[in-house]
Amino acid sequence: MKIDYHKIGLKAGLEIHQQLDTRTKLFCKCPTRLRDKKESTLSFKRYLRASKSEMGEVDKAALEEEKYSRMFIYKGYDSTCLVENDEQPPGELNREAIDISLEVALLLNMNPVDEIHTMRKIVIDGSNTCGFQRTALIAMGGEIETEEGGVGVDSLSLEEDAAQKIETEGEDDAYAVVYSLDRLGIPLVEIGTAPDIRTVEQARKAAEHLGMILRSTGKVKRGLGTIRQDINISIEGGARVELKGVQNLRLIGKIVENEVIRQTKLIELREELKRRGAKVESPIEDLSSVFERTASNVIKEAGGEVSGVCLRGFSGILGTELQPERRFGSELADFANKYGVGLMHTDELPAYGITAEEVEQMKRTFDATEADCVVIVAAERERAEKALKAVLSRAEEAMRGVPKETRRALPNGSSAYMRPLPGASRMYPETDVPPVEIDEQRLKQIKSKLPETFEHRKGRYREKFGLNDELADKISRNSNFGLFERIMESYENIPATLVVRTLTDTLAELMQEGEGIEVENLEDRHFMELFKLLSANTFGKEAVPDILKFLARNPVMSVDKAVEEIGLRVNMEEVERVIDNIVNAKKGFIRDKGARAVGPLMGIVMKELRGKVDGKMINKILEEKVKKVLEGS
Amino acid sequence: MQRNNSFVEGDRIRIKKKRTDSGVVVYEGVVMPTATRNVVIKLDSGYNIGIRQENVEIEVIERGGRLKTEKEAKEGAEEGEETRKRKVKEGLPTLSILSTGGTIASKVDYRTGAVSPQFSTEDILEAIPELGQIANIKGKVIYSILSENMRAEYWRKLAAEVYTEIKNGAEGIIVTHGTDTMGYTAAALSFMVQTPVPVVLVGSQRSSDRPSSDAAMNTICAAKVACSDLAEVVVVMHGSTSDNFCLIHRGTKVRKMHTSARDAFQSINDTPIGKVIYDATDINKIRFEFFSAYTKRGENELELSDKLEDKCCLIKFYPGADPAILDFFVAQQGYKGIVLEGTGLGHVSAEWIPGVARAIKQGIPVVMTSQCLYGTICDRVYDTGRDLLRAGIIEGEDMLPETALVKLMWVLGQTSDMEEVRRLMRDEKI
Repeated sequence: MKIDYHKIGLKAGLEIHQQLDTRTKLFCKCPTRLRDKKESTLSFKRYLRASKSEMGEVDKAALEEEKYSRMFIYKGYDSTCLVENDEQPPGELNREAIDISLEVALLLNMNPVDEIHTMRKIVIDGSNTCGFQRTALIAMGGEIETEEGGVGVDSLSLEEDAAQKIETEGEDDAYAVVYSLDRLGIPLVEIGTAPDIRTVEQARKAAEHLGMILRSTGKVKRGLGTIRQDINISIEGGARVELKGVQNLRLIGKIVENEVIRQTKLIELREELKRRGAKVESPIEDLSSVFERTASNVIKEAGGEVSGVCLRGFSGILGTELQPERRFGSELADFANKYGVGLMHTDELPAYGITAEEVEQMKRTFDATEADCVVIVAAERERAEKALKAVLSRAEEAMRGVPKETRRALPNGSSAYMRPLPGASRMYPETDVPPVEIDEQRLKQIKSKLPETFEHRKGRYREKFGLNDELADKISRNSNFGLFERIMESYENIPATLVVRTLTDTLAELMQEGEGIEVENLEDRHFMELFKLLSANTFGKEAVPDILKFLARNPVMSVDKAVEEIGLRVNMEEVERVIDNIVNAKKGFIRDKGARAVGPLMGIVMKELRGKVDGKMINKILEEKVKKVLEGS
Repeated sequence: MQRNNSFVEGDRIRIKKKRTDSGVVVYEGVVMPTATRNVVIKLDSGYNIGIRQENVEIEVIERGGRLKTEKEAKEGAEEGEETRKRKVKEGLPTLSILSTGGTIASKVDYRTGAVSPQFSTEDILEAIPELGQIANIKGKVIYSILSENMRAEYWRKLAAEVYTEIKNGAEGIIVTHGTDTMGYTAAALSFMVQTPVPVVLVGSQRSSDRPSSDAAMNTICAAKVACSDLAEVVVVMHGSTSDNFCLIHRGTKVRKMHTSARDAFQSINDTPIGKVIYDATDINKIRFEFFSAYTKRGENELELSDKLEDKCCLIKFYPGADPAILDFFVAQQGYKGIVLEGTGLGHVSAEWIPGVARAIKQGIPVVMTSQCLYGTICDRVYDTGRDLLRAGIIEGEDMLPETALVKLMWVLGQTSDMEEVRRLMRDEKI
């Protein structure tokens, strides 16, 4: 589906979370390092309850979580303390983290606030032992440039990272979520852009740009899980939806596209429901008697209790596809799943061992017609009622269009419902942490030590490495600019153009190729070793993409070993032999053409040796051998 | 610079601020109370920020929506008796919750930026609806203070309230209390009220304005104990860092042993009476496990003996402590009873002994306890101890220094006869 994003009125904003590489955590003196979960020395259990915010309102998202209150198990270490355990008040805001945040804010042309106030953002999914995440607004009102126009940077906050979910223990209702406390409290900056993004390409560019600025400070953590992106999306007539947990930039395009499709389809569904005069005012009926002698294992395993509701005018609607592998029925199911039950409906029945006759009886209970849809869940009455109430309320939302909500990005680019969009009322002051005033002196000091700007860097690259304007611009904006400099300073005989192309275009192409190539797996050391070997003529530059592709699939392997594995190692004797063979076979041609034979022969030799040897070297050998033939004649 | 005081807390204002680098920056939000010198506003995003009042122009956009001031909130809480308007449920016992303040009932204090006690009993019931399933709750606010502001006079009033509630038919009493001095109050009530029903003190170590607060679980467990057949003054608080069980501590044996952890309360020189095994999913599954014998419901007659001698003090001895400290209390301040927190088995330096002897000779009892907390006083082992015994010191046995102080206040409220004081102080049944 080709989407004209301007026409449908796409508005998107990014939220980037980046861990800072500070010595200690945000509110205590614990180190900011992750631990092997097996090293845990402490385990404890807790429950959380929603509490009133300072305005006396309970946050909607927080309330919804409490409805399915569950047990949380926390794992502590000899590198965590009573602050992570929520057994001791937090210390003062980490100064080092404030300074890094201010540095990033200034690089994004933002205005720092005069006084930082730490807030509690209610989060009761257990990922914070205290039931809230501490967060402080540091700066506002910045902007970054992309080729498709400026994107406002609304806010930069300094927050504590959450505990990491390891696993769940137990089954059904009683299950507990297990969290590891090593990550809790690691400082991170959250950068939120304005909804100024209008195309997928712009989203990707803006994300890359922000990532580059963060890394240019040299004070942020690198590696898997240290940066996370969320994206807010709405279209004309739709609603703001926050998509959480976008694993890598490559997925952004797909996710935006799928969300746009979902919202478009939901708007169409609303019109269709209106046209049909659909209604969501159903009693929750006990249908257990219908299934007394059922052959359905799903129902038998659930204990035989079945409840249902009737959605008037919804026939066929639940089967409508909204996203790849996601139908409107899946949206309803997300809500039922929160109560640990699955749902079945007449759009897909008879199935699961439920007979046509049972379906008829179900429908009769509600006096349902062909235009209606009956939704059932097999579970004990109390749970079924809660689940079906949630289903009804989601169905009602469908009559209004796209609900505002937080969704979880799925690996295939689709998304599932997570929770309602949290409101401002989930924030209240963290009174245990005193406010911090930022004086001009401190800002001046940070300003005097800001990392180099693009413009300056670009000029430097043009001059020092002889790059043309386009390439100098490309690499100076790229997050790998530091790596580029290191490679250029470490190894000789490497053309700057090749390094730039490799770090930008080649990587982009590999990313496009997709399918099993995790470009994120490539680390700085891979590139350093690659160019070291290249500088020693171990293989030809033509082989670079293949080697990177191989390394992305086998990141633990050394480059040297990778070259060996792909069979690229140059054996000069073999090269000579290959060239000899060709020259010998083409003697007549050489004698005819004289020195001009080198050009055409070059093509043949290269084809044979593709990638194994640098073209220049082949050219040199070939020239010599041709010369010999001509001299010998 | 323009000063503008025309806005009040709760107003929506627009601040135009001239900044050197970026020209005029505009902020909009609701004015929040603050303890710093800057204007603090809540932005629509929910964040609070502070803006220095330099180079600013402030415009009020919307009046009203004033936040409740601390005073108003307090007045609301101090309205006295607030019986929850709910139908009395047949078959459920009646409990009285007497609120004295503390972290179990606290809210943000905007002026100081700290947590302070403000909630009424009504707020507690709203926050912990489970209590309504356990009992018919009758609430009353006695005080709204942090427990460090407690004093003997308040203990007396509290004891009288407990007595009145029981007399009026309460089948169990819950006293919500700040944790800092809960041990003292528990001891005071133990001596002053002879009770035929459970009297349970409860608090929380994590303020009730946070989702992880231990207030709910502690109070639910306290309510279960208040409905049980355990007719003593007890403290019910978290037994571990997990939300898995609470311990029931005897009022005279309990001490706060950690500044901030949930399981701060411990029974010293005694095992807890028992534990309450918690179940968050179903309060009907909450059960007891008892470790020792206890006084049963109805075994004792209700009796109040609320006389206390306030002029008693607790003096901690330390190496090199000046004996003039003791003289100050006895000679200059006219104290009527002294508890010493001595070293080890119950010692003060030899220099102190003449002072101790003088005090006792003047009819002022001096009780020895140990800063070890664990173990029993024994002054027969070393010379200093024997000298102290000769001077007439009363050995506080294995009593906590704080309990000894409260007991001495109570004993002196009953009698001034030195021998009777000596007998009562060493009577473990009291």
